[in-house]
Amino acid sequence: MQDVKDKTIPGGEDFAQGEKRMRLNMGPQHPSTHGVLQVIVDLEGELVVRCDPVPGYLHRGTEKLAENKYYTQIIPLTDRLDYLSPFNNNLAYVMAVEKLLGLEVPPRAQWIRLILSELQRIASHLIWFGTHVMDIGGITPFLYALRDRETILDIFEMCCGARLTVSYCRIGGLMADVPAGFVEKVQDFVKLFQLSIKDYHKMVTKNPIFVGRTVGVGVIAPDDAVSLGLTGPTLRGSGVNLDLRKAEPYLYYDQLDFDVPLGTKGDSYDRYLVRMEEMAQATRLVEQALAKLPEKGPVKADDPKVMLPPKELSMSRAEEMQRHFYQVIHGFPTPVGEAYASIEGSKGELGFYIISDGSSRPYRMKIRAPSFVNLQALPMMTEGRMLADVITCIGTIDIVLGEVDR
Amino acid sequence: MRESLQTVVQKLQEKFGDNVLSVAEFRDEVTVRVKKSAWFDTLQFLNDDPDCDFKLMVDETAADYPLREERFDIIVHLMSIEIKHRLRVKTSTSERILSLYPIWKTANWLEREVYDLFGVIFEGHPDLRRILMMDDWEGFPLRKDYPVEGYDDF
Repeated sequence: MQDVKDKTIPGGEDFAQGEKRMRLNMGPQHPSTHGVLQVIVDLEGELVVRCDPVPGYLHRGTEKLAENKYYTQIIPLTDRLDYLSPFNNNLAYVMAVEKLLGLEVPPRAQWIRLILSELQRIASHLIWFGTHVMDIGGITPFLYALRDRETILDIFEMCCGARLTVSYCRIGGLMADVPAGFVEKVQDFVKLFQLSIKDYHKMVTKNPIFVGRTVGVGVIAPDDAVSLGLTGPTLRGSGVNLDLRKAEPYLYYDQLDFDVPLGTKGDSYDRYLVRMEEMAQATRLVEQALAKLPEKGPVKADDPKVMLPPKELSMSRAEEMQRHFYQVIHGFPTPVGEAYASIEGSKGELGFYIISDGSSRPYRMKIRAPSFVNLQALPMMTEGRMLADVITCIGTIDIVLGEVDR
Repeated sequence: MRESLQTVVQKLQEKFGDNVLSVAEFRDEVTVRVKKSAWFDTLQFLNDDPDCDFKLMVDETAADYPLREERFDIIVHLMSIEIKHRLRVKTSTSERILSLYPIWKTANWLEREVYDLFGVIFEGHPDLRRILMMDDWEGFPLRKDYPVEGYDDF
């Protein structure tokens, strides 16, 4: 075990005597770390010489738990990863299982998934927008952002009854069809939100304090960004064109028209502009998808081996009731093999990798969490800069600790 | 199999011969299993070669098969941003393997996570210490012989 450094204090060796350095401990209870992130910063005056993020305070062992649960029982666990975009987590997980099973999902379910996934992206970006600007000193935009996010949560509530831990996706489709009035409500929101974005730009984009705190801060060169494995807006802010919705279209993204905003300098301000534009593009996507949403149709796949029988049948017929009980108690078997499915989540590439040994529980499930990988960029962004920039950089990476620690 | 991936597999088999143990395809995903001795060189080649162009390491993880002699599978997911193809590379090892940090910097935390949860030691890793569990944690939770509820009553 001699290769493993024995460091009881995170951060390593103590300083030599007489060195003019100071070690500052930020977090895990610190409002600007967006949860329970600890960052250990070595300072020379105001200058950061070493920055060491220490994640893990929210580790719940989701992957271990998943190995001991049936495939359907894992969906609620995924809500608790990136708790700002639970629907996207559900979606990535069920897509991985559907890929493993080779399951066809009906079009209406896929379109609804697409619409809700984009709404969820807006909701997640709104929280990022509000907290990021608040970290830098503007309290007002946070309140506006939460106001708009509230409408999206209302939409989720009307679909499935929950606002945060939605668990709306099912393997092979959705829990239920959307209720009456869904389309109108989403249309109203999109119209209103397109005006709100203009307000946000007026409030923040040219604000001299915001510009001063973000331009040239946290620069990541394109090569470094790729080597660090960054994805999502954090990567595209550096000008690398990788959006899974374009690169490997899933759902029906290939039928829709939208742009992928790219940054040029790779600093915090570019990433800000990229995310703001992504919200505008998301509204475009939602509008187009609503127009293409089929009027009627099933929202659950037709595969009796995997899907539970319809409620009215299982309550009235003996065979269906037996099948219902059997599936709830024993789960469903899967083919031996492995599958990796990923989506362009709000933070980056969110992937689920499932190894199956043929039983009704995954043999191994790995969550490729974008926040975890993106957080690695923090030392490179902050070292050699002022302490106050650490706050900007944590905000600009857009982490959610539930996903970092899993 | 996609044409671009066929080229990749062909090139790998030409260059590494017997070191490529198997090529499998399942649900449009290609998995290449290589010998542990050729692990680093294969991945270096996949990164450098312009036809492969796997500049982005999406993920590195492990899986535990306690009944095997070399009980761990190390699994790497690669992607090319330009060609937009994906590849999965696997090898098996018992507790020690070369670190991929010299090729992709993202391996830093991903390997720390594998060390933390499986106890695989990555040789040449610059900063191998626990990342998700506590520093003084005993055992490696994602091993199959580790109970779900843990060893201690809290």
